[in-house]
Amino acid sequence: MPRQGPEEQDQGVSTPAPSAPPSPASAFPAPPRLYRKGSGRVLGGVAGGLADHLGIEVVVVRVVFVLLAATGGVGVAAYGLLWVFAPQDPFETVSPRDRGRDLSALLALGSLTAGGLLLMSALGIGVRPGVAVPLLAVGIGVSLLWRQADDASRSRWRQVTGTHRLSGLARAGIGAALVLIGSAPFLAGGPGRLAGSVRGLVAALIVAAGLALVSSPWWVRMARDLSAERSARIREQERAEVAAHVHDSVLHTLTLIQRHVDDPRAVARLARAQERELRGWLYRPGGTAPDPELALGAALEGVVAEVEDTHGVPIEVVVVGDCPMDEGLVAVRDAAREALVNAAKYAGGAAVSLYAEVEPEQVTVFVRDRGPGFDPDAVPEDRLGLRQSVRGRMDRHGGRAVVRTAPGDGTEIQLEMPRGNGRATRSTP
Amino acid sequence: MTDNSNASSASHASHASPEEGAARPPRTVRVVLVDDHRMFRSGVKAELGAAVEVVGEAEDAAQAVAVITATRPDVVLLDVHLPGGGGRAVLADLTTTMPDVRFLALSVSDAPEDVIAVIRGGARGYVTKSITGPELTLAVRRVADGDAVFSPRLAGFVLDAFAATTDVAEVDEDLDRLSAREREVLRLIARGYTYKEVGKALFISVKTVETHVSAVLRKLQLSNRHELTRWATARRLV
Repeated sequence: MPRQGPEEQDQGVSTPAPSAPPSPASAFPAPPRLYRKGSGRVLGGVAGGLADHLGIEVVVVRVVFVLLAATGGVGVAAYGLLWVFAPQDPFETVSPRDRGRDLSALLALGSLTAGGLLLMSALGIGVRPGVAVPLLAVGIGVSLLWRQADDASRSRWRQVTGTHRLSGLARAGIGAALVLIGSAPFLAGGPGRLAGSVRGLVAALIVAAGLALVSSPWWVRMARDLSAERSARIREQERAEVAAHVHDSVLHTLTLIQRHVDDPRAVARLARAQERELRGWLYRPGGTAPDPELALGAALEGVVAEVEDTHGVPIEVVVVGDCPMDEGLVAVRDAAREALVNAAKYAGGAAVSLYAEVEPEQVTVFVRDRGPGFDPDAVPEDRLGLRQSVRGRMDRHGGRAVVRTAPGDGTEIQLEMPRGNGRATRSTP
Repeated sequence: MTDNSNASSASHASHASPEEGAARPPRTVRVVLVDDHRMFRSGVKAELGAAVEVVGEAEDAAQAVAVITATRPDVVLLDVHLPGGGGRAVLADLTTTMPDVRFLALSVSDAPEDVIAVIRGGARGYVTKSITGPELTLAVRRVADGDAVFSPRLAGFVLDAFAATTDVAEVDEDLDRLSAREREVLRLIARGYTYKEVGKALFISVKTVETHVSAVLRKLQLSNRHELTRWATARRLV
């Protein structure tokens, strides 16, 4: 048994609160997340990642992309979107060999752009060479910038030597320059050849689109980084808060309990107080306990905690409904405290319970113990507890107290108070 | 960790209709304990009287389903919070396939939403872990006999939940209301009265008290208003 002790205790402490349950035992494991693959990629690793995600051959994916691209360009759009929004596989380190593919990626992209332009001219969407060449330039520029914004490249600039950073900057510069060159014919020829204001507008739009395209990788990345960072920070904060709370309360109490092993009453009191505190913390998210000065339920719980602490008797509390405190209810609270103290003192350690119910017209509180009970007529006149503190207090505030007891049958004290008594005296007793 | 030590005493299986609770024959009730803390399980096992025989134990939802299916106990003492989906998952798996097995929720949780959820999932009652040994034995017997078991806390929750909606005008279904008598019974239980004391206070028999409590349980389980769960959730956030 002593061997098992610590293990059990450890288990008890570390069992987490009801967390998200693990997915039910199903035969199908969840498919792997969609990532872009760094190894064996031709362009952005989209096809490879998609193949892993769907569990099919990468060749099939590539063929489908090419077919979709050839029949109307949907494939290109889909590929582009996936490239932007699928994160790079974080569990994969890119081998140097794959880095060498940057060039081939560039070639692939360039040829794609060229092919698209040729296709357009073949279809008769008159693309003059004067436009096609700048467009091609823009395409290559954009592709360079895309490469630059790639997750892996970014981290590479950070950690590795200045040459990489230089090359990154160079790439950014070249990309921007190409965009400018691409848009130059539109801008320069504006007033002369492209006399129509519509054409000027189109040119402006193209430039704007180019700039948006060039800058979008940073926006996307920035948004991604920001949300990832924020959720990490929140998690960290929560963990720190839980750790702090456990340290301040539970660990502290456990230490105290170990110091008081010879005093069962003290141990019981400590454990009970800690339990109450922990419950309040667990089941009242936000950690904001209702103010005992404001709500009846909290007021009664506060009284119960006080009596439990001073007398070391566990008290069960059930409160149905709740309402704001007023003058009459303060009397109820104080009378209930007195009744609880009586029960704790004279019930001989038997169970004590408090039940309170808030109804539209009145508030009723029952304090019950399973102690020996007593004969009300045999109580000497000078014992003030019940007579003054409970009955007198209730009477003064327009309520009433009823005591039910008999020797051997326990005691129950019933407190009744009409609602709205303290604020407006409209109630007729 | 399944002790099938009762393989020899197969005579228990001969009880045909548990509804005949009137005679209360002193047969032992076969119980499976489901709780993820071994120390707690052994504590409960020690406290349960001779009238109760623990035929199996489980520490998570999947194991519970396996053990219960294998041993076919009369009563399952079910923890609300369990690894693998909680007590609710066990109830969802078994209440339709094994209607003879009765569940009694046993939990430290004070959160109304947990309690109401297991009751609506099919548990025949709810007691807190602070319950004493003899009381727990009695509760197990009651559940085995087909009655419902309300702890003061559960009675309080139910009163609260049903009171919260009685003033809503569109409530017209009988299931959505407690009768005056049921309310009285629940109120006494919430005050800590035993069934016997409730009967004495209201001048009715214990059997009648059990009937009222079972009716309340049925209403709690069948009432199809979403408000019950919403009430429970809202309570937790107050």
